[in-house]
Amino acid sequence: MSSQALSNPTLAVDVTDLTVAYHDRPVLWDIDLQVPTGVLLAIVGPNGAGKTTLVRTILGLIKPAAGQVNVLGAPYAAQRHLIGYVPQRNSVDWDFPTVALDVVLMGRYGHLGWIRRPGRSDRDLAMECLEKVGMAAFADRQISQLSGGQQQRVFLARALIQDAQLYFMDEPFAGVDAATEKAIIALLQELRSRGKTVIVVHHDLQTLKEYFDWTMLLNVRRVAVGPVDEVLTPENLERTYGGRAAFLAEGP
Amino acid sequence: MNLKGIDFDYTLRMPLYGVTIIGIVAGGLGTFALLRKQSLLGDTISHAALPGVVLAFMITGTKTPINLLIGAIIAGWVGTIIIGAIIRNTRIKEDAAMGVILSVFFGFGLILLTLVQKRWPDARQAGLHQFLFGSATNMLEQDVWVMMTLGSITLLTLALFWKEFKLLTFDPDFAKTIGLPIRSLDITLMTLIVIAIAIGLQTVGVVLMSAMLVAPAAAARQWTNRLPVMLLLSSSFGAISGIAGTLTSSQVSKLPTGPTITIFLTIFVLVSLGFAKERGLAWQWLRRRRNRRKIQISTALVTLLHLEDSHPADSQHPHSLQSLQASLYGDIPATMERLITSGFAVETSLQAWRLTSAGQTEARDTLQTMEEDLDDRLVH
Amino acid sequence: MIASFISQYAIEIQVTIIGCIVAAACAIPGVFLVLRRQSLMSDAISHSILFGIVIALFLTHEISSPWLIIGATLTGVATVSLTELIINTRLLKEDSAIGLIFPMFFAIAVLLINRYAGDIHIDSDAVLLGSIDFAPEDRFIFNSLDYGPKAMWVMGAILLANCILLMIFYKELKLATFDAGLAAALGLLPGVIHYGLMTMVSITAVGAFDAVGSILVVALMITPPATALMLTNRLHYMILLSIGIGMMSAITGCVIAHSVGDISTAGAMTSASGFFFLLAILFAPKKGMVSKAVRAHQNRWTFACHLLTIHLLDHEGTPEESDENTFSNLVGPHMKWEPPYANKIVNLSEKEGLITRHGNHLNLTPLGRETARAIMNT
Repeated sequence: MSSQALSNPTLAVDVTDLTVAYHDRPVLWDIDLQVPTGVLLAIVGPNGAGKTTLVRTILGLIKPAAGQVNVLGAPYAAQRHLIGYVPQRNSVDWDFPTVALDVVLMGRYGHLGWIRRPGRSDRDLAMECLEKVGMAAFADRQISQLSGGQQQRVFLARALIQDAQLYFMDEPFAGVDAATEKAIIALLQELRSRGKTVIVVHHDLQTLKEYFDWTMLLNVRRVAVGPVDEVLTPENLERTYGGRAAFLAEGP
Repeated sequence: MNLKGIDFDYTLRMPLYGVTIIGIVAGGLGTFALLRKQSLLGDTISHAALPGVVLAFMITGTKTPINLLIGAIIAGWVGTIIIGAIIRNTRIKEDAAMGVILSVFFGFGLILLTLVQKRWPDARQAGLHQFLFGSATNMLEQDVWVMMTLGSITLLTLALFWKEFKLLTFDPDFAKTIGLPIRSLDITLMTLIVIAIAIGLQTVGVVLMSAMLVAPAAAARQWTNRLPVMLLLSSSFGAISGIAGTLTSSQVSKLPTGPTITIFLTIFVLVSLGFAKERGLAWQWLRRRRNRRKIQISTALVTLLHLEDSHPADSQHPHSLQSLQASLYGDIPATMERLITSGFAVETSLQAWRLTSAGQTEARDTLQTMEEDLDDRLVH
Repeated sequence: MIASFISQYAIEIQVTIIGCIVAAACAIPGVFLVLRRQSLMSDAISHSILFGIVIALFLTHEISSPWLIIGATLTGVATVSLTELIINTRLLKEDSAIGLIFPMFFAIAVLLINRYAGDIHIDSDAVLLGSIDFAPEDRFIFNSLDYGPKAMWVMGAILLANCILLMIFYKELKLATFDAGLAAALGLLPGVIHYGLMTMVSITAVGAFDAVGSILVVALMITPPATALMLTNRLHYMILLSIGIGMMSAITGCVIAHSVGDISTAGAMTSASGFFFLLAILFAPKKGMVSKAVRAHQNRWTFACHLLTIHLLDHEGTPEESDENTFSNLVGPHMKWEPPYANKIVNLSEKEGLITRHGNHLNLTPLGRETARAIMNT
C-alpha cells in the first residue's frame, strides 16, 4: 500500500509488514492488512495459523519483531478508548466471585480511571448493554452459573460498554447455542449499521459468507484479504488450509 | 480485666491484638492469592524470608521485630521477583520455580543462622525455633503498632486499587488492552502479599503462615459469590481463628499458638466446605436428592397416566408394583407415598396404586410441561 | 596417605556419602514431580509426614521402628488423597487444596509433640532441618558387626527401590507424564501412576527426613531436576543429570560446610544445589538466559535478512513492487528501520548473496528466493 494509506483515518486497521516470532519461530510473517471502516471482517485459517496472535499483536498484548500497526489512523496506544475487545471465552476462569453486571462494569474502568468507583450512571449503562445482548434478567447472576452462550453475551456486553469504533472478537461463536449465535450476529450487524468496524477471529467456514462482508485468509502468511465473495476461492482456500477445505467454498 | 477466668493481662492482650491484625490482613490478601491460584505463594514467601530475617539480625545486631520484619519483607520480595523472572525467561514452570526458591533461600538462611550462632554464641537457637513455629507470647505493644501500621497501609492500598486488582485477577488480557499497567499492578499485589506474610511470620511461624493466607479465603469463598463479601468474611475468619487459637493456647498448657490457630482455621474450612449454603457438600447432596425425588414423582405420574390411558375402558384399574418397575427406578413405594400425600394417587390394595382425578390433571400438566421444555431446547 | 585421609575425615566422608545417596534417591521421584508440575507436593508431603511419624511413635515408642516409615508413608498418601478429594468437589483449586492439607497435618503433629513431649522424643527443629552431621553416629549393628551408618543403609535401600521401580515402570511413567491422554486411552490408569509416584515421594521423604530434614528434601527433589531440565530434553538424560547434579550438590555442600566449619551442612547442600541451578539458568547452552540473549543478538541479523527476503518475495511481481522493494521503503514509515540498520541488513544480505541492489531498488537472487520460500514452508 502506498504511504497515503498510513495516516488515512478511513482505515480501521492498517497493518504493514507485521512479523511476530515466538522462540525464534515465526508465527506471523510479513502481514499486510488494510481494513476499511464499517465492515464485518472474519479472520479464518487453520489451527496455529496465528489468528489470535494477530489480534493480540494489534492490541499491543504481543510485541512484534517487525512491522507497524495503526488503528484508526494512529498507533494503538493512543487509540485505546476507541477499541473494544472480546477475548476468547475460555481465557478466563469463570469461577470468579462476581456477577454479570460487574463484568460489564469492568469495561468502564478505562473510562473511570484510577480510584473512581462505578456510579449510578455507569450501572445504568451496564444494564443497557446487558439488555442489548438479552441478558438483563441475569444481571445479578453469578457468572459461573451462566451457560457458555450466556457468558459469551456478557463478554459482548462488556465490549459494548466500551462504546468503541472498532471491535475485536476472538471466536465469539465457539461453543454457543443457536439462539446466542443468532443474537450475536444480529448485534454485529447492528454495530456495522452504525458505522462501526468489527474484526472477528472465526472458526467456521460454513457461516463465513452468511455473516461477514470481508474475510482474511491467514496461515502464518497473509493469503488473501477482501470481500468474502472475491476472496473465498478454491485456490485461496487450498493455500490456506492445504487442500482440506477447498470443497467448503461451494455449497448450497 | 477478667472474663470467665481468663486474665487479659498484657501478655495476652498484645498477642490478641497482633493475631487479629494478622488474621484480617492475611484474610484480605489471601482472597486475591486464592483467586489468582497463588495460594502456595504464602508457603514460598514464608520460607524465603529466613535469610532476610537473619541478615537483618546480623546487620543491626538486634532482634527488634521491626528490623526482622523489614528483612523478611525484602527477602520475600526478592524471592518473588526472582520466581517471576525465572518463569518469564526460562522453561521452568511456576511450581518448580517456587520449590527452588523456597528451599534454596531457606537453606541459605540456615547457613547464615549457623554463622550467627558461631559469631554470637549467645544468640540462642530459640531465634530459629521461633521463626519456624512462631511465638505469639513475646509480643510487645510496639510490635502491635508496627503491625497495625503496615497492615493498614496494605489494606488501604488494596482498597485504593480494588477494581484494578479485581480486573487484573479476572481478565489480565482485557485489563492490558484498556491500558492498565499489568506488570506494576502485579508487583504491587505481590508486595502486599509479602507484607501480609511477613507481619505474621514471627507470630505464627513459617509452615503455618501459609495456612493463614489460604484457609480463611478458601472458607470464605464457599459462602458468597461477591468479592467484597468474600474479603470481609475471609478477614473475619482469619481474625476469629487467630483470637480463638491464641485464647485456647493461653489457657491450655503446652499448646503452641501457631498450630492451635491452624486447627481453628482448618475447622472453618472443613465446615464451610461441608455446610455452606449452595456450595457446601451437604447442600449439594440435599439438592440432588430433592431433584431426584422430583424426577421420580414426575415420571411416576406420567407413567401411571400412560398405563391408564392404554386401557381407557378400565381406567380405574390399579397398577401393581411389578408393572411400575418396568418404567420407574428407585424406591417406588416411597415415591408412591409422596404421590398419595399430595393427593395424586391412592393405594387400592397392597402395593397397587391408581391416580386420583387430581393426579390425572397433574400428570397431564406435567406431560405438557415436559413437551414444551423439549420443544424449546430443540433448534428449528 | 589415602588411608590416613580417610580415617581423619571418616565422619565427613560418611556424611558426604549419606548426602549423595539421599540426593540420588530424591532425584528420581523429583524428576517426575517437576515434569508433572507437582513440585510443591514434595513440600507438602515432607511437612505432613511428621504427623505419621508422631502417631507411629505414639504407638511404638521406638524411634527406630519401621512403623515410622509406614506411618509416614500412609500420611503421605493420605495427603495426596485428601487433596484429590477436595479438588474433586470443585470447590477449591489444586493450589488451595494442597495449601490446606499439609499445614493441618503439620499443626496436629506439632501439637501432639508439644503436649506429649514426655512420651515421644522428637526435636521439631531437627524435623525441618535434619541432623545429617550426626547421622554417622547412628550405626547399623548386626551380629556385633558395624556395617556403617544406619542412614546409609536405609537411604541406600530406598535408592535401590526407587531405581528398580524406575526401571520397571519407565515406559509407563514416561507416557503418563508426557501424554496423559494417550496413557489413559491405553489403559494405564493415571491414578495408579500418580499415587505410585506420591508413595515413592513419601517413602523417600521419610528416609531422608532423618538425615537432612524436610527442607533439604524439597531442595534435592526439585532443584537438581530443574537444573537438569535446563540442560536436556530427553527424559533419561534428565534423570541421570539430576542424580549427578544432586550428588555434586551434596559433595560441594559437605566440603564447604566442613571447610568453613560450624555451618549447617543441610543448608550448604541446599545452597550448592541453588548455585548450580543459577549457573544453569544463566549459562545453559541453548536454554540459558545468557545463551538465549547472545543467540537472539546474533539471530537479529540473520532474522532481519530473512525478513527482508520474505518481504521482497511477497511483493515481487505485484504492482506495488517498485514501491515496496526499495531501500527507501525499508527506512520509510512501513518497516521503520533506522537507515544505518537498514544499510547493514542490505549490505549483509548482499554479502550473503540473497539480494542485489540497483540504486534504490532491491532484487532477490535465486538463492534469496529459495531462502525465503524455505522459511515460509517451515
